[in-house]
Amino acid sequence: MPELLRYLLVILGVVLAPLTIAAGLTWGERRLLALFQDRYGPNRVGPAGVLQVLADMIKILTKEDWVPPFADRPVFVLAPAIIIIATYLSFAVIVFAPGIAVAELNIGLLFFLAMSSLSVYSVALAGWASNSKYALLGSLRSIGQMLSYEVFMGLSLMGVVVMAGTFDLGAIVRAQAGLWYIVPQFIGFFIFFIAGLAETRRIPFDLPEAESELVAGFHTEYSGMKFAMFFLGEYVAITLFAAMLTVLFLGGWHGPGSQSTLVALGWFLLKTLALIAVFILIRASLPRLRYDQLMEFGWKVMLPLSLVNLLVTGAVVLWRG
Amino acid sequence: MLSLLRTIWSVFLHAFARRATVQYPEQRPYLAPRWRGRIVLTRSPDGRERCVACYLCAVACPVDCIALQRAVDAEGRHYPAFFRINFSRCIFCGFCEEACPTCAIQLTPDFEMAEYHREGLVYEKEDLLISGPGKYHAYDYYHVAGIAAADKDKGEAEGERPPVDTRGLLP
Repeated sequence: MPELLRYLLVILGVVLAPLTIAAGLTWGERRLLALFQDRYGPNRVGPAGVLQVLADMIKILTKEDWVPPFADRPVFVLAPAIIIIATYLSFAVIVFAPGIAVAELNIGLLFFLAMSSLSVYSVALAGWASNSKYALLGSLRSIGQMLSYEVFMGLSLMGVVVMAGTFDLGAIVRAQAGLWYIVPQFIGFFIFFIAGLAETRRIPFDLPEAESELVAGFHTEYSGMKFAMFFLGEYVAITLFAAMLTVLFLGGWHGPGSQSTLVALGWFLLKTLALIAVFILIRASLPRLRYDQLMEFGWKVMLPLSLVNLLVTGAVVLWRG
Repeated sequence: MLSLLRTIWSVFLHAFARRATVQYPEQRPYLAPRWRGRIVLTRSPDGRERCVACYLCAVACPVDCIALQRAVDAEGRHYPAFFRINFSRCIFCGFCEEACPTCAIQLTPDFEMAEYHREGLVYEKEDLLISGPGKYHAYDYYHVAGIAAADKDKGEAEGERPPVDTRGLLP
């Protein structure tokens, strides 16, 4: 019975933690952006403005939930749900601390890649169902971008898989007990980081929702809670990619100090939040790429680089026996 | 690539820079004495209204937000029977102040005029009139400098004031 209770607690934690972080990020991102731009950001509601999250929630929940008459209604309603489900399911395979995971699959990494591919459907369906030119253009860009960046996102992780010899995320973290994979696999880390930015459609890869050209891209026609779902989906995806970077390259729960589960969870959380802060720092500093630059960068720089990385890693692993 | 990293680093350094924001309700911005804010009607040093209801402010106003009506009191002195400024139209350009021949209408360094209802922004004469002389402490339109005569210069006789220096920058 305590085993079952512990399992339920883990599931509850895995459901609530990303949601809390994503909700907190709507405030945290604005505060951090303000920090980098010599401003204060939202600091009025509650201590340091943390209750801004609540205020925004009240505002967006009381908005009219409007579906445009020209939209394809069932698909239009379905699309925002898919992005949440797809990004959320990936959290099931992440190993947060020894034994703290919903499912320690032996193909956890493949599951993650499959789920992150599924979120393309959400964007494609949202753009198509909106039946509006900006939404369609945004979603077409998004499909092109996400598909081409997924190719080398998967390839960049193969270096880690070759070194650890497994797709099991828990085993990958345990293999990093001595040396974090960011050192031998720095190129892999770099490529996966950039692919993560592109997959979550963050600046400098935010072409799908480029405000200055496409109004809001694929979610132009969305309002109220459905819009909030896309927004939440983006923040959950950022959290997911930060967590995956932590698991695959930054040694997961490893860190100095005692080996108790709580300390391990603390290290994991610290690394994830630090990576999210770096994502936000990049958003504060870099301008948006042009579409042809984006494609060229993806196919002509990142793909060969990840292939070379995989080749060299494979050669070194074979040579060492 | 290197320039991108340099950009990111220099943006990161801004985290430790001084904030540009003024935390308004607690921390108030400095407003210069000549700041163009809420409009007032001032009085002469002797406490009487300066306004002579010449309508020049209403003519000068580019958005037609000033309305007034001339009346004549027992002494034959002109004054506004009513004086109304619609601050929901006012653009705080200060043309009325420039047009005023008697320094009666003046703009003050105050901008906190928010109202829940639009009608609250229509100020009547009793809302506009203040008890003091505003920016021009000694000025009185009805005091004359007189004319220069053989035995005296301008403003030297009894009941006269020295003339205003019209070339000076300061009022």
